[in-house]
Amino acid sequence: MTGTDIRNLCLSALALGICALLPLSGSGYWLSIGVTIVMFTALATSWALFSGPTHYISLATAAFFGVGTYVTGLGFETLPFWSLVGIAAVLGAVLAALVGLATLRLSGVYFVIFTLGLAELVRQVITWVQNRSGQKGLYVLTDISEADIYWMLLALAGAVFLAGWLIGRSRLGFALRIIGDDETVAVHSGINTALSKVLLFMVPGSVAAMTGAILAPRYVYIEPSLAFAPMLSFQVVIMALLGGAGRLWGPLVGVIPFTLLWESISSSFPQQTTLLLGVAFLVIVYLLPRGFVGLLDQIRQRAAPKDPEAQA
Amino acid sequence: MNTPVLSLRNVTKRFGGLVAVNAMTFDVAEHQVMGLIGPNGSGKSTTMNLISGALKVSGGEVLLRGSPITTLPAEQINRRGIARTFQLVRLLPSMSVLENVVAGAVFGHRRRWGHEARTHAESLLARVGLEGKGHLRVGQLTYIDTKRVELARVLASDPKLLLLDEWLAGLNPTELQIGISLIKSLRDDGRTIILVEHVMDAIRSLCDTCVVMASGTKIAEGTPQQVLSDPDVIRAYLGDDDV
Repeated sequence: MTGTDIRNLCLSALALGICALLPLSGSGYWLSIGVTIVMFTALATSWALFSGPTHYISLATAAFFGVGTYVTGLGFETLPFWSLVGIAAVLGAVLAALVGLATLRLSGVYFVIFTLGLAELVRQVITWVQNRSGQKGLYVLTDISEADIYWMLLALAGAVFLAGWLIGRSRLGFALRIIGDDETVAVHSGINTALSKVLLFMVPGSVAAMTGAILAPRYVYIEPSLAFAPMLSFQVVIMALLGGAGRLWGPLVGVIPFTLLWESISSSFPQQTTLLLGVAFLVIVYLLPRGFVGLLDQIRQRAAPKDPEAQA
Repeated sequence: MNTPVLSLRNVTKRFGGLVAVNAMTFDVAEHQVMGLIGPNGSGKSTTMNLISGALKVSGGEVLLRGSPITTLPAEQINRRGIARTFQLVRLLPSMSVLENVVAGAVFGHRRRWGHEARTHAESLLARVGLEGKGHLRVGQLTYIDTKRVELARVLASDPKLLLLDEWLAGLNPTELQIGISLIKSLRDDGRTIILVEHVMDAIRSLCDTCVVMASGTKIAEGTPQQVLSDPDVIRAYLGDDDV
């Protein structure tokens, strides 16, 4: 570990510590925004860990998230809360592994459609099971406060960053970058591409399920249309792309402005939010294909003195 | 006699009704450079793809040092020690030149990681004539330099056998001389190599033996001098009138 690494780790820990002070401000409004921001930070950062290097766009976040909320909804009366988060983590990872084994041989748009379809499938199955039980949803009545949720999500987001940093330095992370650049080269360089992709796809699956499990008490009442809302999958993709999925901290740069913008749009134009989300998606894809991070890199490259060898 | 590094035994590949490679049989001995030559569409690249595992064999057997690798997936074949370049150069565009070479050192036959992988990659860059260019993006390289990077990448895992698929194609006359002497220096290191090549100069000066293919079948085998004067070979390249 180099000096820069240690400095970055210390700065990150300090930033995390400062963020942890937010609930002490006493403002319910900002705490609520804070919960949304750390939630999307965990989701978008873990999403980008897989989709950033491989360029496989997954729209399955809602499926994993919903499974997590249902773990809490079904288990909070009988099991301690922390164990529910653990169960959600395992279930999310297992579901991601199954999806991965079935779909990661697909590429491009087929993978996107399949993950979206999967999220819908899981939602319909849960709806069906839920309706057979005679109730439309589940009450999640706990004494877990908004501040508790915030701290738990913040810890999760911190863990995602740490995991991402470690993966970025690992052989697995390097393998994924090679796969994203050229899968044929990866195969002929000795990389088991299917295994690498499935392993890394389990990370966002697990994180999204944990996020769902932690957030369930906030909703008080959960039903499939809320827990598995497809909008969530799209929001995560948009935020990660807006920030830039190529860097670990990229999605964070997208999450903060997007959450604030989203809050104001959804309160001012409640009927048009989906439309505006679609427009935002188009604008980002066309104008900022590599996100804010890519834009920064571009500016930095232009500003940097030209490499004499490069011109030779 | 030592076990050959690579043996093909009646290797056949069918695409539907088309037989692209028909009962190919040959051996490559250690430290030998074998040229796989023949007119366009004769099945040379398909044979390379069958050896490297990019395509599945329809019949017959591929042996690496006597043990079968016929049904192994491509990454396993690479790990056993067969590394290949591609007919059209394939580099990793988001990575630096050095990282492109490190990519070959981490997961393959002989695995290295971290500092060891970087130093190894740096020494290979120097070996192929790219000393000090490790920090460049691959998009900044000249054509022959992209070929050098690919060569360094496949050397990075210390393979038992190198497959070079038209590595010299597309080079201008000056670059061609550089390229030929680079591959000659690999031969002098004792590497075992299969070359698919159209450049006759290169075949004459580099290959210990040649296998000539036409329409998926082996039509001649021997030293370059022998095969290039073989009437069957001349007929395959030039047609009946020139024999």
